[in-house]
Amino acid sequence: MNEQARKPARKKVELDPRFVSYRHVWVFIESERGEVHPVSWELLGEGRKLADALNVDLCGVVIAGPGERGKGICAEAFGYGADKCYLLQDPVLADYRNEPYTKALTDLVNTYQPEILMLGASTLGRDLAGSVATTLKTGLVADCTELLIDTESRNLAATRPTFGGSLLCTILTQRHRPQMATVRPRVMAMPDADPSRRGEIVEVPFAMLETSIITKVLEYIPDDSRDKPNLPFADIIVAGGRGLKKPENFALVWDLARVLGAEVGGSRPVVQAGWIELDRQVGQSGKTVRPKLYIAAGISGAIQHRVGMDGADVIVAINSDPKAPIFDFAHYGIVGNAMTVLPALTEAFKAHLAQARKAG
Amino acid sequence: MHSVVCIKQVPDSAQIRVHPVTNTIMRQGVPAIINPYDLFALEEALRLKDRFGGTVTVVTMGPPMAEAALRKCLSYGADDAILVSDRSFAGSDTLVTSYALTATLRKIMESMPVDLIFTGKQTIDGDTAQVGPGIAKRLDYQLLTYVSKIVDVDLEHREIRVERRAEGGVQLLKTTLPCLITMLEGTNEMRFGDLDDLFRAARYELKVWDRTVIGIEDPETVGVKGSPTVVSKVFAPRPRSQRAEIIDLQDDSPKNLASTLLARMFTQHPKLEREIAKRAR
Ligand SMILES: Cc1cc2nc3c(=O)[nH]c(=O)nc-3n(C[C@H](O)[C@H](O)[C@H](O)COP(=O)(O)OP(=O)(O)OC[C@H]3O[C@@H](n4cnc5c(N)ncnc54)[C@H](O)[C@@H]3O)c2cc1C
Repeated sequence: MNEQARKPARKKVELDPRFVSYRHVWVFIESERGEVHPVSWELLGEGRKLADALNVDLCGVVIAGPGERGKGICAEAFGYGADKCYLLQDPVLADYRNEPYTKALTDLVNTYQPEILMLGASTLGRDLAGSVATTLKTGLVADCTELLIDTESRNLAATRPTFGGSLLCTILTQRHRPQMATVRPRVMAMPDADPSRRGEIVEVPFAMLETSIITKVLEYIPDDSRDKPNLPFADIIVAGGRGLKKPENFALVWDLARVLGAEVGGSRPVVQAGWIELDRQVGQSGKTVRPKLYIAAGISGAIQHRVGMDGADVIVAINSDPKAPIFDFAHYGIVGNAMTVLPALTEAFKAHLAQARKAG
Repeated sequence: MHSVVCIKQVPDSAQIRVHPVTNTIMRQGVPAIINPYDLFALEEALRLKDRFGGTVTVVTMGPPMAEAALRKCLSYGADDAILVSDRSFAGSDTLVTSYALTATLRKIMESMPVDLIFTGKQTIDGDTAQVGPGIAKRLDYQLLTYVSKIVDVDLEHREIRVERRAEGGVQLLKTTLPCLITMLEGTNEMRFGDLDDLFRAARYELKVWDRTVIGIEDPETVGVKGSPTVVSKVFAPRPRSQRAEIIDLQDDSPKNLASTLLARMFTQHPKLEREIAKRAR
């Protein structure tokens, strides 16, 4: 069912007595073949704030194969704000598989009892989070865009977009612990690393035999990442929406992007219409981006789009409707027809760059 | 081979508009559709039936109107359809939804064993991707999420090999039946049902099961009461502290608009000007 159908809770709900001793904020540090997914560091940045508000430790959970640089990952996690890391290394944990990872994380939670557990909303993180939450029978809020603590109840207030409308909702897990949340990559800011920070590593043995695990990884074929758009890490993005009217008009977006050395993005309707590839969709069900400049042409600014690009340093919106919601959160707005404004912008940037070139 | 496909009826989000003044969604007249991601799951189940024979059962938990989505699945070629519907389900979160669907699946297994359970990778309305993993854990089935391809099925040895989309690549996995698969989008294309199925779908007496049929005695274990998560508030996103600086000179040319924008932007954000100047080289 969806949040929309659910009425806001009124009366105060007490925490189940089984969970009153649960303490500390945990972040699952996602790594594959020794490579940490950057979303884990973003989560540590956010987790630090939550742990400070609760006056508890921030702990990382590192799960890896024996040959991988587990301790190195822990050291990095301390730099990003963790006070402590639980480290599990075992041959059965070398490749991600749902069964051993769910067991590893669930056992760890049951033993050390954290009040909050956060994971990145990657394919791995979603697979694992849903399994762990069901095994623990606790609440899980997907794709949060804001996390705050109510210091009195110690509840985590997890905010995410609601279905359809331009509305957000805040969700609580009042009776159960840990309170679980996933956050999509690039939604939270990357914290600055402090390599001089130190922490405590707790090595935890993991007893599961390969023979008891049913699913086997026969092969891993890494992606060929050349030629793939990488919007989440692009510095400049030019994006188009349904207001461009026709697929041909998208060429105007590409023209401006070429001049700026920018990536091209779009809203969901233009992706669904096949004007641009899925990898270029910006928003809740696409990519979250944090560029220095985001130019949106013919995009209304629905919440599902906004949560994917709100972290941009400068947002320029071109929209023919002066009341379009995007003007509520863009920094600069041009009220006008995208089909004439885009070419004018392309020319203006071209001229500016030519001047910069001359000036050396 | 018996596959069960779990689907959901959702409003067609492509047709939802937000009211420009009140900022609420305008649901009137928005058609209800089968969650588009679920169609990839259903088509994959139908393909397995084409190859190995057997039965495809579709299940949905939802209000009585969700019957239409089930009939649509029957018209594509599904054999049986079950609507799980009960007033006490209203407001269920994903944990409770997986609980009720698991109870339904157990009930189905009483009359026919299940080899494969399919779901879509997520819904377009909730977007959580939590129900599939939830069902797998509750049934203690192997979970295969984001499956892009079923490579082969060995019914004799009850083994299946699939390709699964992982973060930086593709995993080739082998596991045993029964298992639960969440199907990745774009992996196949839904067939057109034939005329016989269309007629059968219209007349078919689908099963409607309430809470007691699937053996959930206590209404407090489902719906809002049974859900660990609660919505504490719903609100409109805050505008930035300052609304956009609007450049809207009625009679000015687009050319002047553009240069006005650049001038203002670069004065207020000199770092951005340097970033863009880098591109001149
Ligand atoms: C669960 C869920 C997930 C979603 N995920 C995403 C997501 O990831 N990304 C996403 O973008 N959306 C997503 N959506 C859809 C989202 O709600 C909006 O429907 C969508 O963002 C609207 O796209 P748009 O702004 O291009 O189109 P519209 O809302 O149709 O807006 C078009 C805009 O163009 C303007 N316009 C028209 N003509 C011109 C012109 N000539 N010049 C300039 N402007 C013009 C109009 O004034 C209007 O503001 C999701 C929805 C749901 C329910």
